[in-house]
Amino acid sequence: MIPAKFDYIKASSLNEALQLLDRHGMDAQILAGGQSLLPAMKLRLNRPGVLVDIGGIPGLNEIKEEGDSLIIGANCIHAAITGSELVAKHVGLLAEAAASIGDIQVRNLGTLGGSLAHADPSADYPAVVLACDAVITVAGKKESRDIAAADFFQGIFMTALAEDEIITSIRFPKTKKGTYQKFYQAASRFAVAGVAVVWSGDGIKVGITGVADTPYRATAVEEAYDGTGNAATKAVDGVEVMSDHFADAEYRSHLARHMVRKALES
Amino acid sequence: MGKYIGKSVKRREDIRFLKGTGRYTDDIKLPRMTHTAFVRSPYAHARIQGVNTDAARNADGVVAIFTAADGCGAFGVPCGWQVNFKNGETMREPVHPLLAKDKVRHLGEAVAVVIAETLEQARDAAELVDVQYEELAAVTNPRAAMEKGTPLVHDQWEDNAAFDWCIGNDRKEVEKALAGAHHVTEVSFRNQRLAPNAIEPRSYIADYDANNDKYTLYSSTQNPHLIRLLLCAFVLGIPEHKVRVVSYDVGGGFGSKIFHYTEEALVTWISKQIRRPVKWTADRSEAFLTDAHGRDHVIHARMGFNKEGKILAILSDEYCAMGAYLSTFAPAVPTYLHGTLFQGVYTTPLIHLNVTAPFTHTVPLDAYRGAGRPEATYLLERLLSKGAQEMNMDQAEIRFKNFIPPFDGVKQAGYQTQVALKYDSGNYVGVLKRGLEMLGYDDFKKEQEQARKEGKLLGVGISTYIEACGIAPSAVVGALGARAGLYEVGQVRVQPTGKVNVYTGTHSHGQGHETSFAQFVADKLGIPIEDVEIEHGDTEQVAFGMGTYGSRSLAVGGSAIMKSLDKVLEKGAKIAAHKLEAAEADLEYGDGKWTVKGTDKSVSFGDVSLTAYVPHDYPEGLEPGLDFSSFYDPVNFTYPFGAHIAVVEVCKDTGKVTLKRFIACDDVGNIINPMIVDGQIHGGVTQGIGQALLEEVVYDEAGQMINGSYMDYAMPRADDLPMFETDTTVTPCPHNPLGVKGAGEAGTIGSTPAVVNAVVNALAHLGVTDIQMPLTPQRVWKTMQN
Repeated sequence: MIPAKFDYIKASSLNEALQLLDRHGMDAQILAGGQSLLPAMKLRLNRPGVLVDIGGIPGLNEIKEEGDSLIIGANCIHAAITGSELVAKHVGLLAEAAASIGDIQVRNLGTLGGSLAHADPSADYPAVVLACDAVITVAGKKESRDIAAADFFQGIFMTALAEDEIITSIRFPKTKKGTYQKFYQAASRFAVAGVAVVWSGDGIKVGITGVADTPYRATAVEEAYDGTGNAATKAVDGVEVMSDHFADAEYRSHLARHMVRKALES
Repeated sequence: MGKYIGKSVKRREDIRFLKGTGRYTDDIKLPRMTHTAFVRSPYAHARIQGVNTDAARNADGVVAIFTAADGCGAFGVPCGWQVNFKNGETMREPVHPLLAKDKVRHLGEAVAVVIAETLEQARDAAELVDVQYEELAAVTNPRAAMEKGTPLVHDQWEDNAAFDWCIGNDRKEVEKALAGAHHVTEVSFRNQRLAPNAIEPRSYIADYDANNDKYTLYSSTQNPHLIRLLLCAFVLGIPEHKVRVVSYDVGGGFGSKIFHYTEEALVTWISKQIRRPVKWTADRSEAFLTDAHGRDHVIHARMGFNKEGKILAILSDEYCAMGAYLSTFAPAVPTYLHGTLFQGVYTTPLIHLNVTAPFTHTVPLDAYRGAGRPEATYLLERLLSKGAQEMNMDQAEIRFKNFIPPFDGVKQAGYQTQVALKYDSGNYVGVLKRGLEMLGYDDFKKEQEQARKEGKLLGVGISTYIEACGIAPSAVVGALGARAGLYEVGQVRVQPTGKVNVYTGTHSHGQGHETSFAQFVADKLGIPIEDVEIEHGDTEQVAFGMGTYGSRSLAVGGSAIMKSLDKVLEKGAKIAAHKLEAAEADLEYGDGKWTVKGTDKSVSFGDVSLTAYVPHDYPEGLEPGLDFSSFYDPVNFTYPFGAHIAVVEVCKDTGKVTLKRFIACDDVGNIINPMIVDGQIHGGVTQGIGQALLEEVVYDEAGQMINGSYMDYAMPRADDLPMFETDTTVTPCPHNPLGVKGAGEAGTIGSTPAVVNAVVNALAHLGVTDIQMPLTPQRVWKTMQN
């Protein structure tokens, strides 16, 4: 459990961090809360030459209202999200998801931006940002850009982020009603099936994590929604369901449908 | 009885633990100390075609690199228990090399070791060691290991059996009783493989002193003297008086730190080669790969009943994995620590157990909290509850029908079982009655009926266990194949001022001996507990000892101390009589002083001890000093027992099991410190629940461990558990001076079947009669679907 040798640089500004990424290219990785990166480094599954710590950059850990949206800084730790009145009021399901992550130690270190950038297929936040139609704001060397949640997740540990981009904040449209329902893996407490539902007007938006190798919007459920839990039967329609030691595809599919029903009936 | 016995005195050792100032092996930093990284096999079974260490030797900070070709190839760690084949053939005992030579036989087996100035440098250089392997087919399941054509772990023998064994009545008689039984209950399952998961990983530091040709080995072991004996006499051939083994604080063992491991011998040998101290501490991944695992029996068993529900016979055929090599006590676990418990707490007249113990391409198995007794108890308690279910009987009622009646071992004789042991004392009816009372069994049944009407799956499970602690006596275990004695040593050194140092050969790695031992010592001498210090864990302080396992410390180690305390008081009385100018027979001892009966003339313990060391006016012919050592070899095991009851709710949608209540009524004989007993029960119950619901080491077909981390191997957490409801009954042990039995493993032994019985009970109306452990949500859900 000793990582390979690496250099560590604590960036004091976003520009400095971007320059460091530019200078070191593929050799550099961003350190946010380190809750996934550091264990992988200790197992030497991941061996960056340079760690660029963005934890000290001012302004990346604010939570603020902006019109119909809530803007959450990428460096906000899970515990800050769980404890925020603004989040509870406007994006309650995000607070629910944050509270379900790991344990107290993890929640006091891990960050929203770090989790999204890592894109673990069983992480909790992806379901929520998908269901909320959140927008992920990233800074690059040349420009900043917004990436829609639907375009962000591209596979296991793969996202739309370019090598030299850093997530700075996530914009969540305020929700009136939403929920996050999770069935967790007993050891890691990651989601085996995590379901986020947001109600808007007559319809719903459903994000599902832990079930496929990429978190997804359950459009079949959204289309079939009739105000009851019946649409849950379509939770894994058209989805290639993951299979592992804890839950094979059959059981995981069942859990996905069950958790969707639970969410819809909540 | 006294001022301290029976009181929940707070643990004195916790002050240093809570302050983070314990002395664990990894905390020790010696001058010029080097660090170790192992190069371990990524395969379960492979031929080693070559090891190239050139690049690693040139890496920064590397002090030395060793492979089997570099001088340590001749050494192997021994097995401490011999179980021969039924036909008389000697147990097959492969060399367990310190570093693999031609072949690796389990994932994580060490092939080379890198010694460097820093741990980081050692790890970096270890990555540069290039080992060429030819991967071979592997077998990890003990049943599959005995099939024809299966890969051989050691190809000098024609099959994988290390030995086979049986115990009990004649098999044909048992078969006949089963054939004539009113009902026969049958089970086939695997008592799954568990990783021990002590919170402190194994850690060793060897320090060779060339000036005196002496070694000091700091080791996170449960039995320092045993390690010294094995290391010196059986591995490295070092004279025993030239080795000191020190084991100060140890962060849990659960059996896994009894055994003498290859790393321990290797760092000792290397320390002399390089003339510097060598440290190795396992990381968690290495702990999963190299700590001896527990359980792993593949079982097919039958229990026959008459129509009243009385057990007529039990027959079990088991394949019990040994792993790639024979660990220190491995052969004893599925045999003498397992088959001897098949009587349980029942009057079963006919018993037969047949064991085949194959090698497998896995890390060795050995004793893990309970060691053989949890496997026996799980089998009996599942068979009994399944039998009750199939015969439409109540699971409490069937137990009451079969219990051995109460006996105290004094007025009533001990109970002779069909499987060698003779129980000391027991009241099995009593613990179950009390357990059911704590539950409110009749009310629960109504609640369950109501819950079922509401579509809820509520279940109750009962387990009534017995176990054998304080393994003994030496002559008997020797006849059974043990290559060690199983007595204990206790020395009481009274200092001139009346303060007392007690040296015990047992070892505390969480059990709280520094408190509970001090309690009975203080009471026996009638002195304040502050005047008593308990010392353990250093072979140069403690004369000898066998360490701590098998819930033996108080029953065996405590008894040795009691013998020495008797000697202290006996000699003290002579001195007191001299001082009081009275006859010894006229004195009585109490409250820390000798008093002439019927008078107020007395002399204190402190006065007597001072006189013993300043013998100016002293009994003629009496030696000065007040310091006694005793060996205690028990006449029998001790036999704690109890009733554990679990209440569970199963989620019909997900299969997830929620423990609603857990009740444990245990009888561990006399109790010195109720809080410590309760803590032992809590910890044990939690580990047992872990086996029932969460834990299993899984090897895939190639022998890769697929869940060797806490991200994948589920340990029980506080939020998986209800508040435990515990109580005790007291049936003293009739054959040791404190009347104590042992509490360390009881919880683990009793709890597992209670939980599984409860889940099956919750699903009984769906036709479910058995589920394979661990009862993961997926497994329970799939069982419900069928």
